[in-house]
Amino acid sequence: MSHLDIEALLDRAEDYVALSRQVEKKAATLRGRTQINLFFEPSTRTQASFELAGKRLGADVMNMSVASSSVKKGETLIDTAATLNAMRPDIIVVRHHAAGAVNLLARKVGCSVVNAGDGAHEHPTQALLDALTIRRNKGRIQGLTVAICGDILHSRVARSNIILLNALGAKVRLIAPTTLLPVGIERMGVEIFTDMNKGLEGADIVMMLRLQLERMHGAFVPSPKEYFRYYGLDHEKLERAQADALVMHPGPMNRGVEISSAVADGAQSLIREQVEMGVAVRMAVLDALAQHLPNA
Amino acid sequence: MADTQDIATRDLAIVNARLIDPATGREEAGSVLLRNGMIAAVEWQGAPATGEGVRRIDAKGQVLTPGLVDLRAFLGEPGAEFRETLGTGSQAAAAGGVTTVVCRPDTNPPIDDPAIIDFVKRRARDKAVVNVLSCAALTKGLHGQEITEFGLLLEAGAVAFCDGARGLRNPQVMRRAMIYARNFDALIMNHVEDPELRGSGVMNEGEFASRKGLPGIPVEAETVMLERDIRLARASGARYHAAMISCAESAELVRRAKQDGVRVTCGVSINNLTLNENDVGEYRTFCKVTPPLRHEDDRLAMVAALAEGVIDVVVSDHDPQDVETKRQPFAECADGALGIETMLSAAQRMVQAGQIGLPQLLAALSARPAALLGLSAGRLAVGAPADLVLFDPEAPFVVDKRKLKSRAKNSPFDEARLEGIVQATFVGGRVVYEAEPG
Repeated sequence: MSHLDIEALLDRAEDYVALSRQVEKKAATLRGRTQINLFFEPSTRTQASFELAGKRLGADVMNMSVASSSVKKGETLIDTAATLNAMRPDIIVVRHHAAGAVNLLARKVGCSVVNAGDGAHEHPTQALLDALTIRRNKGRIQGLTVAICGDILHSRVARSNIILLNALGAKVRLIAPTTLLPVGIERMGVEIFTDMNKGLEGADIVMMLRLQLERMHGAFVPSPKEYFRYYGLDHEKLERAQADALVMHPGPMNRGVEISSAVADGAQSLIREQVEMGVAVRMAVLDALAQHLPNA
Repeated sequence: MADTQDIATRDLAIVNARLIDPATGREEAGSVLLRNGMIAAVEWQGAPATGEGVRRIDAKGQVLTPGLVDLRAFLGEPGAEFRETLGTGSQAAAAGGVTTVVCRPDTNPPIDDPAIIDFVKRRARDKAVVNVLSCAALTKGLHGQEITEFGLLLEAGAVAFCDGARGLRNPQVMRRAMIYARNFDALIMNHVEDPELRGSGVMNEGEFASRKGLPGIPVEAETVMLERDIRLARASGARYHAAMISCAESAELVRRAKQDGVRVTCGVSINNLTLNENDVGEYRTFCKVTPPLRHEDDRLAMVAALAEGVIDVVVSDHDPQDVETKRQPFAECADGALGIETMLSAAQRMVQAGQIGLPQLLAALSARPAALLGLSAGRLAVGAPADLVLFDPEAPFVVDKRKLKSRAKNSPFDEARLEGIVQATFVGGRVVYEAEPG
């Protein structure tokens, strides 16, 4: 997407922010349409966000959580896709634990597919909601310095944000211990820091990432304690950033591991607003897709 | 091919050919006379051999060279007949100009017992159209703990020992295997990929994998195990063959070991010579192989090492996979690609690019693997088996997976434009494959 397309999508999302704050929250954009949320990986907030977004646009929304892996039950991803496709949905929202799985599924169904996160590859609506949140609070994205901190290696949020923020003209920094940095990531248009204090110097936005429990006990970092000491965001480290720097986190948070409660709940935190923007952005995405559905 | 029986018993002269003997590098026009399954005469430049009852094939100036000897292919039997059988696999081999195939031992049950070698031998006799030899398992049950009966397996017909697609990780077991192998001068092979260093990796570690969000396989997964094996080979004096290397650093390790006089040889998969990590593209699962497709610099290093002779042999690493194991998200699908039928044509890409001469390439495809196993094949000489391939190295075609003989269809070369069409393949003097006219 070009930056103009992105800005247009964010503009559309602004309308849905307003709509969602009204008593009457319903639009008719997707009336009569069927949306299936197909989640191969549990996700409370993304699924709820897509569900609300679809419902507020008037679609019939069905949630399908395929616990753990469908392969274990003997059904392949392709079979699942074909089965759902036969039910004639208009939009399928997919979350899967393997990179490329959403792409694979999209090639096997006739309806529109939204990527709600595929492995460590991408999470486009998260990046869009982050961009909307930043734009509302800073008035712009162009020229801002955004520091993304934490487990970059396993993060689809980081990859999508790197792509989107670069497209919108932000300066992107990555802060992480070396074991959590993907090889070659420096060629994606980012500046790399392993020292958080240096990486935060002058940052306008500090975007924290979740560190999964199974990765914090020796596999990639020695302990949550050491991780928090060097890569956890507290007020002391935050002071390195701009005085008006804002803090974000895609959730769910590990308080005391990557972020202190004081910062998470503090005045500079945008974490709650991100959740609100999530619904609006997803409404905008579904709306944009609806324009291209058959018989639209 | 109605007169196949006839051909077997009658003399056959292949005349007007461009003869290439990869064992000597000689390349000249000439003709060859086949009798009783052997090469009875090679007429360099000379007049074609003729006589009463001699059947003649006019090669029309095409290349006639010893059939290829493929040191690494998975042929399905026993236990994975839904992926490939000795029948379909050998037909694919014949269509690719391969006349001798060494099958991988990681079957079900694995080829770790003389009785299984015997089973493969008998099945091949009945079903296969090319020579099939067995590489036996290096350790019992492929578990990497206890070495197999090298002596008895060799007597049964095993030509080498490896654990298939599993790298032998226990250094003590490898050390013992090499020391014990000296009793029989057995050839020890290893799939040099450390399972721990591979971890959850599914493609080459690097920028491309990072962009795609796929866990990477570092080159160290290969080099660490290769370096260990070379040190053990040096200490034990065993004959050691790294089944497939894939990166520049590995080539450097082998080069140095050879300079030091270690009895080490190595192979490279056709995939690592002709494809790179970018071919994975949008998660193409047919390009998920082990060793993984590497960076273009590594591919070029493989080509250079082959031309230089550091890499001894080219293998197809033929690994048929059925649809269900490949139509999965990239990280969850099986490793493996078809290769035996397209190996010769794909390898022509290097010849056309001027990176290697055709006789030199053919040496790595027939003469050297044959010599490594002590076979009399791979030579264009009187007394060598009449295992030959006649092919047109310049003829272009587009690979169509529906036309491949293999039971599976997971070819990374599907729809690729290649040059080099096999016109006919001879095994023991009999025509086992003939291209359709046109």
